[in-house]
Amino acid sequence: MKRSLIFALPLLVFFAVAGFLWQALGKNTEVLPSALINQSFPSFQLTSLLDAQQIISDQQLQGQPAIINVWATWCPSCLVEHPLLNALAKEGVRIIGINYKDDRALATQYLQARGNPFAQVIFDDKGNLGFDLGVYGAPETYIVDAKGVIRERFVGVLTEAVWRQQLGPIYQQLVTATDVSGVKP
Amino acid sequence: MIAEFGQFLLVLTLGLTLVVGSLPALGVYRQQTRWMAMARPGAYLIALTLLASFICLTLCFVRNDFSVAYVANHSNSFLPVYYRIAATWGGHEGSLLLWITTLGGWMAAVALFSRQLPLPLISLVLSVMAWILIGFLLFILMTSNPFARLLPEFPLDGSDLNPLLQDLGLIIHPPLLYMGYVGFAVGFAFAIAGLLSGRLDAAWARWSRPWVTVAWCFLTIGIALGSWWAYYELGWGGWWFWDPVENASFMPWLTGTALMHSLAVTEKRGVFKAWTLLLAILAFSLSLLGTFLVRSGVLTSVHAFANDPERGLFILIFLAVVIGGSLLLFALRAHALQGTAQYQRLSREMALLANNIVLMTATTVVLLGTLFPLIGEALGLGKISVGPPYFNALFVPLAALVMAIMGVGNLLQWKQHHADVLWQKIRLPLLLSVLFGVGLPLWVWGSSKIRVAIFIALVVWVLWLMLLDLRHKACGQADFSWRRLRQLPLNYWGMLVAHIGMLVIALGIAGTYYFSVERDVRLQVGQQLQINDYVVTLQAIEAVDGANYSASRGTFSVQQGQQAAFYLYPEKRHYWVARNVMTEAAIDAGLTRDVYIALGEALDNNAWSVRVYIKPVVRWIWLGALLMALGGALAIADKRYRRTRVLPSMSASL
Repeated sequence: MKRSLIFALPLLVFFAVAGFLWQALGKNTEVLPSALINQSFPSFQLTSLLDAQQIISDQQLQGQPAIINVWATWCPSCLVEHPLLNALAKEGVRIIGINYKDDRALATQYLQARGNPFAQVIFDDKGNLGFDLGVYGAPETYIVDAKGVIRERFVGVLTEAVWRQQLGPIYQQLVTATDVSGVKP
Repeated sequence: MIAEFGQFLLVLTLGLTLVVGSLPALGVYRQQTRWMAMARPGAYLIALTLLASFICLTLCFVRNDFSVAYVANHSNSFLPVYYRIAATWGGHEGSLLLWITTLGGWMAAVALFSRQLPLPLISLVLSVMAWILIGFLLFILMTSNPFARLLPEFPLDGSDLNPLLQDLGLIIHPPLLYMGYVGFAVGFAFAIAGLLSGRLDAAWARWSRPWVTVAWCFLTIGIALGSWWAYYELGWGGWWFWDPVENASFMPWLTGTALMHSLAVTEKRGVFKAWTLLLAILAFSLSLLGTFLVRSGVLTSVHAFANDPERGLFILIFLAVVIGGSLLLFALRAHALQGTAQYQRLSREMALLANNIVLMTATTVVLLGTLFPLIGEALGLGKISVGPPYFNALFVPLAALVMAIMGVGNLLQWKQHHADVLWQKIRLPLLLSVLFGVGLPLWVWGSSKIRVAIFIALVVWVLWLMLLDLRHKACGQADFSWRRLRQLPLNYWGMLVAHIGMLVIALGIAGTYYFSVERDVRLQVGQQLQINDYVVTLQAIEAVDGANYSASRGTFSVQQGQQAAFYLYPEKRHYWVARNVMTEAAIDAGLTRDVYIALGEALDNNAWSVRVYIKPVVRWIWLGALLMALGGALAIADKRYRRTRVLPSMSASL
């Protein structure tokens, strides 16, 4: 009896390891602990993609929570998440785009062809704002609260699942908090 | 059309594996020779369909079919054609396809090269392998189809292959590594077949030995290539980072090394049977675990390209079935195994057991270190990882222990050895190795460090005892004879070469670790840097263009003493499509030292930050690995593994 128990030991050890792995699954490592979390959004003054005369600055982000999406026409993954962004915009989610290191004409065409989910599009052709944000590559998505403080960062393609489980709840919570505290909409 | 055909071939293979997984095994159970006979042709067909499917994906890359999502994400029309071919395994889906194609290849190889094996055994082995393949095929078809299309909106051009992977080393690194990983599936299948049939004797061990050794050779070269790549491509001059993905390949290697040694005992002496089986199961389990770690995103790593929890869950379930199932079988069956021989406390058996225990301790150390972030998180300590200090602190003493055992193990006889006879033999070598260990570094470098002294002592120790054993074998009772030396079996020479490889690695690591010099400096064009007895001058920085990148290239002259200067051209590359910046280090390689220059960042005033290393004997690390693999190849070439005729008693007993 005792001898046969020894031979079952590897099995037990394996189950312990498998347990650890199982509980670690789905904890997404793509949520990068950014140095900017709980910091104010970096200040900037850039033109709007759709109107080269209009200047957008960090002050205009404030007032209500927003999703900030870094995208570009050279990025195929952005193409993949575009329909989701369109759907979210329809649901009333406030999305600000940062058009990152891109060409104005191409990007404008892109939005005309595929729909524009963005309340504003910041034209960051030099990538300075991206640099300040510590952007790794497109696409990247940030959540900023009504006071312009970065609350979450997500690297990679935004999917239905990521939105539902991770970013959506944070955004909803910020929206509710804003309504209650009565910061002007 | 090609993509659809490739996908169709995968589905076809799934059907074939279901047949090969079930009918031959049933045939063994019911003693139906005709059912068993389906295993071999089935294996050939599976290998063929998988290869064809793999070629389909490669064609999609060659023809720049960006409507295939995988191609669009990992290639680009600017990419040279050889990189486009290599990009086939540049991402998650494609590398999985390579994984299963390799498994198909191993199945065909087993079917082809094991004609002398009894049909029931080979049928079971191929059935087990087919089941592994079924799991992976389902995984590919359900969660990671490489042939999926991006329709109707597909990009006009792809997003390019990760520039880190655009390199010769990385073209051949994954296939070799996979040959090793997947090769352990053969040893695993033999173990399971042995457990199922209850037949585990010297013949069984002799049949599985060459397969394990081949897989181990491939894994050795694969790991060495990965390390070499990291050295020249990552720009930090490091050759091993204890990164989860490196560890994932190192754990099966350690276990595979233990398995090879334990198989030797099982073949020669008929003992350690259960232990050998367990190692065979573990070596492959750790290969699977490696795949899981790399592909599930539970650990953050530079290599983890595909972070998808759904995939992770699938692999975890698959792991639970394969590893859990085989360990359950082990728990149920293995305790009935009995060794057929006795051995004493001081014997070669014990030395090999000690080697196994140390190797498995090392595996556990690596496993714990790799999973530590997960364990820490589960215990509420937050996401922390243990770095190189943990691994080095635990690993170096273990390596020293392995070498100490390696030296004495060769001298010991099977069964039993008298302690005083042994003491007589090792007295002098012990003294000499201590003298060398202390004296040599003092003489060469003018200083001695305790760890270097220990390692040099160990190297002298192993080498001396090895030569002692060789002399003993060449002389026998009489005088030295070349004839006797030539008659030594090839696998003995294989062992010698592989062990020498290990010594070379140890010297390389110790030398590089303790005697490297590195400088991070700011250099303007025309400025000089003195490092050891080298004078490094930045001659120029110019802009150059490659096929899919533009770069700043530095021209450095390096002069040592009165010798003629040589030139090095490190680059900082900017890849247009992937928008990555890559450091391309320039290395003057040599047996005694490498001069390594990497460009850092451009500073103001035409100045650059520059990293210069002088790394003594760093090449020895990879050279040693090659020697190890060569030793393995020699052992496989031993003619006793190629007896073609089956003794009637062998085939009847199954």
